[in-house]
Amino acid sequence: MNRRSLLLGASAALTLPVFGAKAQTAQITGAGATFPNPIYQKWAEAARTPTGIQVNYQSVGSGAGINQIRNRTVDFGGTDAPLNAQQLTEANLLQFPTVMGSLVAIVNIPGIAEDQLRLTGPLLADIYLGKITRWNDAQIVALNPGLSLPNLTIAPAYRADGSGTTFVWVSYLSAVSPEFKEKVGVGTSVRFPAGTGARGNEGVAGTVRNVRGAIGYVENAYAITNKLVTTQIRNNAGNFVKPEHKSFMAAASAADWSVPGFAANVIDQAGPESWPIVAPTFILLPTNPTDAARSANVRRFFDWAFTNGSQLAAELEYIPLPESVHNAVRAAWRQSFGA
Amino acid sequence: MASVSATPPRAASRRGSSLGDKVFALVCQAAGIFVLILLGALIIELLIAGLPAFRAFGLAFVTSTDWDPVKELFGAGVSIYGTIVTAILAIILAVPLAFGVAFFLTELAPPWMRRPVGTAVELLAAVPSIIYGMWGFFVIAPAFAQHVQPFIIDTFGELPLIGFLFQGPPFGTGLFTAAFILAIMVLPFIAATMRDVFEQVPPVYKESAYGLGATNWEVMKGVVIPYTRISVVGGIMLGLGRALGETMAVTFVIGNANRISTSLFGPGNTIASLVALEFGESEIGSLKLASLLALGFILFVLSFVVLATSRYLLRSRLKV
Repeated sequence: MNRRSLLLGASAALTLPVFGAKAQTAQITGAGATFPNPIYQKWAEAARTPTGIQVNYQSVGSGAGINQIRNRTVDFGGTDAPLNAQQLTEANLLQFPTVMGSLVAIVNIPGIAEDQLRLTGPLLADIYLGKITRWNDAQIVALNPGLSLPNLTIAPAYRADGSGTTFVWVSYLSAVSPEFKEKVGVGTSVRFPAGTGARGNEGVAGTVRNVRGAIGYVENAYAITNKLVTTQIRNNAGNFVKPEHKSFMAAASAADWSVPGFAANVIDQAGPESWPIVAPTFILLPTNPTDAARSANVRRFFDWAFTNGSQLAAELEYIPLPESVHNAVRAAWRQSFGA
Repeated sequence: MASVSATPPRAASRRGSSLGDKVFALVCQAAGIFVLILLGALIIELLIAGLPAFRAFGLAFVTSTDWDPVKELFGAGVSIYGTIVTAILAIILAVPLAFGVAFFLTELAPPWMRRPVGTAVELLAAVPSIIYGMWGFFVIAPAFAQHVQPFIIDTFGELPLIGFLFQGPPFGTGLFTAAFILAIMVLPFIAATMRDVFEQVPPVYKESAYGLGATNWEVMKGVVIPYTRISVVGGIMLGLGRALGETMAVTFVIGNANRISTSLFGPGNTIASLVALEFGESEIGSLKLASLLALGFILFVLSFVVLATSRYLLRSRLKV
C-alpha cells in the first residue's frame, strides 16, 4: 500500500506541471501529407513558446488529409496534390503553400558515383514506361560519353502506397513525355507499366540499394540523409543540373504563383540553373471555420513559420518559399478572413 | 446444447441467486449475439460501401485486371490472383515442413525435446507480422536477389513448358518471396494443429501396428494419417485462411505491381496489401474507395469460406 501511494504521488507530481502548461497553450489540429511532416513538427516545436500554440499534425497522407478537412474533423488539412479552384469553392476551403521540396532520381549501378550519371526527363519517362530496359542503351550512353555503363537490366522502383511524392514524379514525367501522359497520367497512385513497387521512401531506397541496376525516386532530404547515389537531370533550358540547393532555389523563384489556390506550376521551370522536379506542399483552411479562434491560431502559426521558419526548413533540406509568396499568402488570408 | 438444458433445475434449487443468474445469462447471451451482429454488420457495411464499384463495373470487377486510379478503372483480378497464388504457394511450402515438425514431435523426438521445440514453433506465431515484413525486406529479399533467384532463373528459366515460371529480373521481392514469408508465418498454425491431432490417435492403434513390426513411417502412413486425415486438411485450411488475409509482411516483399506476371519472381499484389497501400489516398465518395471496400468484401467472403471449411473439417476434433 505504501509503495502504491508513493507511486501515485510521484506520477501526480510528474503530470501536474504538464497539465498546467497545457492549460495555457491553444491547441490546433491538422492532418494530411507525409512529405512536409518533419518540418511541420519542427515548426510546431519551435513555435510553441513564442506563439503559445500547440500544433498536433498527423501525417496520414494527402488524400486522408483532404477527407478530414472536408469533414471538418481537423482545423487544417495538408496536401501535396493541390485542389483546383472549383473543388476549393465547393468545399469552402482556402489553399496556400507553406514550403517546397524537390525530388531526385537515385540509382544503383556498379561503378557510378553520386551525380555522375546524366539523364533527361523523356529518358526517365521511357525507363518508367519499360521502353528502355538496359543501362547500356544507346540513348543513355550518348548522354554519358565519359562513363562506362554496364550491360545491366534497368529495374525501376516506385512508391506502392499512394503518395504526394508519386504525384510530383509523374507530373514531371507527364510534363516532359506526351506518351507517359497518355499511358499513365497524373495521380497520387498510378499504374506503372514496368518495375516494382515499395512502401514509402525507405522502401524505394531499400529496393534501389538491394537491386543492382535499380532506379528510384525519393525526396531530396531523404537522399541526403541516407547518402543515396543521385543523378544529374537535364532541365528545361537544356542544361544538366545537379540536385543542389542553388538549383532548387532557382526553380522556386522562377515559378508563377499568381494562379487560383496558389497551385503554381513549378515543374520543369525555365531558367538556366533550375532543378526540374520541385513542388510546393499546401495547407487547406476552411473559409467558414466552425471555431474562428482556432482558425485564427492556424494562420498565426503559419505566419510565425513564414517569418521565422525558413532557416529551419533549409536545415531539413526543404526549400523555403520566396518572401513575395509569403506576402501573397498573408494577403489571401486578409481577403478571406478580414484583418 | 445438452449443458444448457441441464442448467434450469440447478438454478431453481438456489432461489436466492436466481436474479443474478438471469442477469448473468442475459449478459452472456448479449455478448454472444453482439459478435454475430458485428460480423453481419461488417459484411453488410462492406457490401453496401462497395456497391458503387460493383454497379460501375458489374461482375467484370472480379475478373478485370485493370487497376488504374488515374482513369478510374478498377478491377480485382490482379489482387485476387496474387492473393490466391501466394497463399497456395505458401501452403505448398509450409505443409511438408509442418508435417515434419509434427511427425518429429509426436513420434521421433525424445520426451525432453518435445516441449521446447513445440513451444518454439508456437512462438513463431507470436512474432508480429511487421517483424516478418522487415526481415523479409532487409534480409530475405537481398539474399534472394543476389544468390537464390539468379541461380534458379539461369537453371530453370530456359526449360520448356515450366520455364516461364522462373523468368524475369531478380528483384528479390515478388510473389515467391511473399509466399516464402507467408509459409513461415502459417507454419506454426499448421504444425500445432497436426501435432494435436496426431496425439489424439489412440495409442492402442499405434502400438498394435508397432507390434506387427511396422516402422515409424509405416505407422504414420498406415495408421496416423488415415485416422486424422480430415483434421489435417482442416489445419491446412486454417493456415490458408491466415495466409489469405496477411497484410503487413506481404506488403513489404510482394513488389506491389498491379499486373499479372507469369513468373513466380515477378511483382504482384494481394487484396489486403492493395487496400492497405491505397486507403490513405482515396477520397470519401470516390469510386476508388468503393472499389477498395468491394475488395475488402471479396477478401472477407474468401477468408470466411476457407475458415468455415476448416471449422467444418476440424469439428470432430474440437468437440473432444
